[in-house]
Amino acid sequence: MSIDTSKVATSNSSAATAKKPGKAGAVANWADERLGLGTAMKKNLRKVFPDHWSFMLGEIALWSFVVLLLTGVFLTLWYHPSMAEVVYEGSYDPLRGVLMSDAMASTLHISFDVRGGVLMRQMHHWAAMIFIASMMVHLLRVYFTGAYRKPRELNWVIGCLLLLLGTLEGFTGYSLPDDLLSGTGIRAADGFMKSIPVVGTYLSFFLFGGEFPGDQIIPRLYMIHVLLIPGILLALIAAHMLLLVYHKHTQWPGPGRTEENVVGFPMLPVYAAKAGGFFFIVFGVTAIMGGLLSINPIWKYGPYDPTKVTAGSQPDWYMGWPDGALRIMPGWEFHLGGYSFALNVFLPIIVLPGLMFTILLLLPFIESWITGDKREHHLLERPRNAPTRTALMVSLMTFYGLMWAAGGNDIIAITLNSDINQITYFIRVAVFVGPAIAFWVTRRWCISLQRHDEAKLLHGYETGVIMRSPEGGYSERHLPISENAAYTLTARDRDVVWTPGSETDESGVAAPGGRLDGLRAKLSTLWFADNVQKPTAQELEEARHHAEHEHALTAALDGVAADGHQFDGHHAVEGESLRGS
Amino acid sequence: MRILNSTAGRLSRHRRGRLAGALMLMVGLVAAGGLYTAVMTPASAEKTQDLASQVEEGRKLFLVGCSTCHGTNGEGILTDRGNNLGPSLVGVGAAAVDFQVSTGRMPMAQPGAQAPRKDVAYSEEETAALAAYVATLGPGPAIPDESDYSIEGLDSEAQEAAIVRGGQLFLTNCTACHNFEGSGGAMPNGGYAPTVRGVDAKYIYEALLTGPQNMPSFSNGNLTPDQKRDIIAYINSLNESAGVGGFGMGSLGPVAEGLFAWIVGIGALVGFAVWIAAHTTRSNKKKVEA
Repeated sequence: MSIDTSKVATSNSSAATAKKPGKAGAVANWADERLGLGTAMKKNLRKVFPDHWSFMLGEIALWSFVVLLLTGVFLTLWYHPSMAEVVYEGSYDPLRGVLMSDAMASTLHISFDVRGGVLMRQMHHWAAMIFIASMMVHLLRVYFTGAYRKPRELNWVIGCLLLLLGTLEGFTGYSLPDDLLSGTGIRAADGFMKSIPVVGTYLSFFLFGGEFPGDQIIPRLYMIHVLLIPGILLALIAAHMLLLVYHKHTQWPGPGRTEENVVGFPMLPVYAAKAGGFFFIVFGVTAIMGGLLSINPIWKYGPYDPTKVTAGSQPDWYMGWPDGALRIMPGWEFHLGGYSFALNVFLPIIVLPGLMFTILLLLPFIESWITGDKREHHLLERPRNAPTRTALMVSLMTFYGLMWAAGGNDIIAITLNSDINQITYFIRVAVFVGPAIAFWVTRRWCISLQRHDEAKLLHGYETGVIMRSPEGGYSERHLPISENAAYTLTARDRDVVWTPGSETDESGVAAPGGRLDGLRAKLSTLWFADNVQKPTAQELEEARHHAEHEHALTAALDGVAADGHQFDGHHAVEGESLRGS
Repeated sequence: MRILNSTAGRLSRHRRGRLAGALMLMVGLVAAGGLYTAVMTPASAEKTQDLASQVEEGRKLFLVGCSTCHGTNGEGILTDRGNNLGPSLVGVGAAAVDFQVSTGRMPMAQPGAQAPRKDVAYSEEETAALAAYVATLGPGPAIPDESDYSIEGLDSEAQEAAIVRGGQLFLTNCTACHNFEGSGGAMPNGGYAPTVRGVDAKYIYEALLTGPQNMPSFSNGNLTPDQKRDIIAYINSLNESAGVGGFGMGSLGPVAEGLFAWIVGIGALVGFAVWIAAHTTRSNKKKVEA
């Protein structure tokens, strides 16, 4: 008996033996035996994350925060948080011999006499601007996709707190160099505090350790900037990400994706590589910006001096919208019993931001109260499928954007050769009218897109093939969309308007109606009004029948060159000739 | 003495005559003129002659190009509502004319919030003639000499000290309107403080002296000539230190910085996020269309 062994591999000459672990394996084993890493990592290294570009926006914030920590530590090595007056003797000629605070002098020292100092300062500043901007972009993504719904409401709240703390962190950092611009900012903050009725002056004196500017504010802001807020930020970021892991990441609906699973790639090796690589990209972008774009040139502002001010004194962008509100506010002020009530400052800069932040914080709770939706959601919703929600945020964005523009009214005036007063008058009206228009337009836009989706489901997509009937009528040929596309379009819930008494207790007894029930029912009706619901199975079936019927009617025309030239003699058409000839 | 008295007396009888005033003026003018010609050297006489003809030429140009708004004698014209169509030019001095006309601000193309800088309408000689004419309307600041606004004559240490002093004066007096780098800023009702970068030192000096448009004038009591010179030296030094931190984005402060953070920073990073998400894992080298 001869066996053909030509197909058998010749390399398996010896039996497999357990190899001695490599160096890395030995180290891992050593650590595992002492720290129990294996058990802890086993699950988490294989944690699955879904793939979509918009899920990486929060990562920009995370990585720019890391850049902030790295560059910030570098800056603390040379920065002096002191308001002691010194004579600048560094290498920047135009300020040599000028009296300034030690804080300013040390910042100039970092900028001109520490190797890489100006790069680190600029990277730190750009990373801060990007940190807050990316948090906002991330917030918008989470909002527009409905990712903040149950069970993620608290993570939304943590995210909002991060945004607020990031803003405060930015403002305290912006103030540390004690240059003319930031000094103007602190002076303004002093005024904001003093506009608070009754306690304003006490608050200001408490913060500044006496009357502005005193010699306390810089060391105090420094402590807040490098210890207090970063500590809270780190804790909240950790909580934010632990909750992300606990809740699992949301995903877009699609074939194979349900409320119970997550379809994507494992942490190791895919997301470790992607996220790790993204850190280097964020670091690189901030480094390029820090190296090429001059930000906060304090040597040009010079040291702070209450007698000086510069045109174009604006806060960093994230404080721009309250500044805009302040700029367009009419000069309302009244006096009572010898005390001034500066509503022109108090309303736009203390009340308004607090109000807006509260609205932001409460958005998930307001929505679930109106809709009565208390189910868990792990599949995202397309913005068009929640028209009122989408319109609400676009409306808020419009308000924010207009306030932002108002904060740069002087720059707009000089760059666009326009009149600063006219800009201000326009925005005073537009902040009320604009959001209303934006709300209405966005809502109708979303509903139109829903109708478009419905048409695609029921009648198919537009092929661009124009058919001419024997009677001379024209129509466009529609073809059915793919099964996968149809599944994705229909993978959403039907909207349910909340009605009073719809909630029952565990015994099936309707809950007694509260006083707000009427309002809630009305709001719920308005919230879902005019939304297009996905077609029922029956409707889909009817549509398919209709399409088949229509197709059968026009089948005879398929493959016929109906270009009309058989009638005009322009060129011959095969198999067709002029009538009568 | 008696003869003198009687002659004087006889003359004195005519002192209230109708022609006496005119006659005396003529006598005075002829005497002054004669003395002037007699005493002055021929060169300066020529100069005077030149000045006179220059003034005359300036007056003619003025009547054609400026008098519609400023009045035929530079006295200014009021509109029906009591606003200035063109302000009086009595006492503005040659410096004001040189500034306004040499930078193209005057003659204005149209009434407006502010006369913008534009192409120059008059040649140098014509501008000088206009300046000479307006200077005759009343005493005012003259066109400064280069030695007034240049620090060339100082040694390097003194130059550096001048720049430091100028910087502090600039931040105290100028930046509130003109911005920390002299990029300009907005003023109420469509007005604006124009950029001072790239402007001839002479015109900055003249603007300080005469306070054109919305600008206050900084008299020599307010800012001494040396202080004006130092400010100009600082503005010039800004051009040299412009690139310390990199591209200045128009030197407009935090608004431009915010715009760049969003457009360049967030724009690039979101672009990279899209790129990373678009390149997902695959088991073979062929790209799978997602």
